[in-house]
Amino acid sequence: MPTNISITMTDPLHLASFLQNSAVQTALWMGALAAVLNGSMGIFTVLRQHSFAGHALGDSSSAGGAIGIFLGISALWGFLAMAWIAALAMGALGLRQARERDLATGIVLGCALGISALFLYLDVTSTQASSATVDVMFGSIFTLAPQLLWPTVILVVIAITLISIFYRPFLLISADPDLGRAAGLPVRRLELLYLLLLGSAAALSALSIGVILATALLLGPAASALRLARKPWQSFLYAQGIALIAVFGGIYLAFISYYWSDGASWPVSFFVVTLILLFYLASAAIGPMRKAKF
Amino acid sequence: MFSSYLLHTWIAATLLAIAAGSLGYFVVLRRSAFAAHALPLAAFPGGALATLFGFTPLWGLGGFAILGVIFLRVFARLGRRDVAMGLLLSTFLALGGLFLSLGREYAARVYGLLFGEVLGISAASILPLALLAIAVVLLLLWRFPALLLQSSQAELASARAISNTGMEWFFLVLLALVSAAAVPIVGTLLVFTLLVSPAAAAQRLSSRPYQAWLLAIALAELLSWSSIALSYWSNWPLSFFVGGQGALLFLFSRIFTRA
Repeated sequence: MPTNISITMTDPLHLASFLQNSAVQTALWMGALAAVLNGSMGIFTVLRQHSFAGHALGDSSSAGGAIGIFLGISALWGFLAMAWIAALAMGALGLRQARERDLATGIVLGCALGISALFLYLDVTSTQASSATVDVMFGSIFTLAPQLLWPTVILVVIAITLISIFYRPFLLISADPDLGRAAGLPVRRLELLYLLLLGSAAALSALSIGVILATALLLGPAASALRLARKPWQSFLYAQGIALIAVFGGIYLAFISYYWSDGASWPVSFFVVTLILLFYLASAAIGPMRKAKF
Repeated sequence: MFSSYLLHTWIAATLLAIAAGSLGYFVVLRRSAFAAHALPLAAFPGGALATLFGFTPLWGLGGFAILGVIFLRVFARLGRRDVAMGLLLSTFLALGGLFLSLGREYAARVYGLLFGEVLGISAASILPLALLAIAVVLLLLWRFPALLLQSSQAELASARAISNTGMEWFFLVLLALVSAAAVPIVGTLLVFTLLVSPAAAAQRLSSRPYQAWLLAIALAELLSWSSIALSYWSNWPLSFFVGGQGALLFLFSRIFTRA
């Protein structure tokens, strides 16, 4: 919920109160970090048709968020820890047989969701955190603690550095793992690193727009960017740009929805997902999926 | 444990397991795990609308699940199927979140729809479930050989004049109906486990189609009955046991058939 709101007649778009609001500032920073990492990781995910894994990692992290609330630690660490555990489990279960990957992914996902069902139930019954389910599943970007900002910045900087170092091997194993193996790449280890980075991206978007909508931020901007970009590096920039616009626009629209809907703000995640969908449909109308040369 | 307030739960879960187990066999065969996860989520806003306007949830859930199938087919033409599915389910979930946020009792409703409300099953919801279970089994038996062939070898099936598109629709509509029926019991997020894990285990244990199909139904019953019993004794949510035991079932079937 936006705090310290003052309605001014001279500011019809509420831009001043939007930008001066400290909760909004934290939200914008966190949203930007989530957008940059998700936009970049999304490119690999879409290229290798790994959407289900990306979605499952986001969903699985909900168990961490729920346990975090139960233990009274920050949701960020809960989300991250669980997303990494799920990434390792998926790697261990599914890497050997590619044909079983979807099943293994789904089973890990189901197990993690069962755990979140339990802990969200315990959160509500024993710790009075009645909004736990909504916060974890649909995000709580306006109530994030500003102290989380620095750890998140460090995480995203490390992740983006790793992505730029391993950019070519990642693209190669995304396109064709056998080719990567033939080129002498440590495919298994790269695969695990990729899953861990994907888990980090999922945890960040879980925190901002919520667990079950994390998929949209991962896939939508990347899929749109891959249609528009002519060169690989362009697709990363476009994906990050689209993700940033969607997140900032979503936060702004949710903020001003307070004024038009008699004080009942609409959820941020609804606006973010709608904007991403519009981008995707627009990009589908503009150009067919290009076979970019990687 | 079999007292009257839980009796509806037992009957509903038994009927649901018949439908989910038998359809799950084809979900695994067709590798439609992602679709089996996405369609229950597509039903979510239907449940949310039903609580907002106070009509029977089953209509909302069913309507939106069918809408999900239609969108899925349209979106899939725009580009890649998995991306389409991911965006579809996010959009529907966001819509559901919006609907719920407009009503009262936001938090409790969200939990119930996502993870199920076992005690909320009324006598009135038994009849539609029974009809659905019978319809799913009969329809699957009617098209069993054709669907089996189309699921495992699509090219051979089209050579035998079995329409791929027709079978795809047939399968997805059944999946949507089962999803809609399952949401009130195990919740949007855990329908998937009930569909996939018994069937995946059954296909590991038997390679004969009809035998594996029956085994999938039996394992689905086992999974849902033991989950209700454990949930009753521990007072913990049913979906926790469905998710956890589903994973165990999958693991055991892998360990025991490795040799």
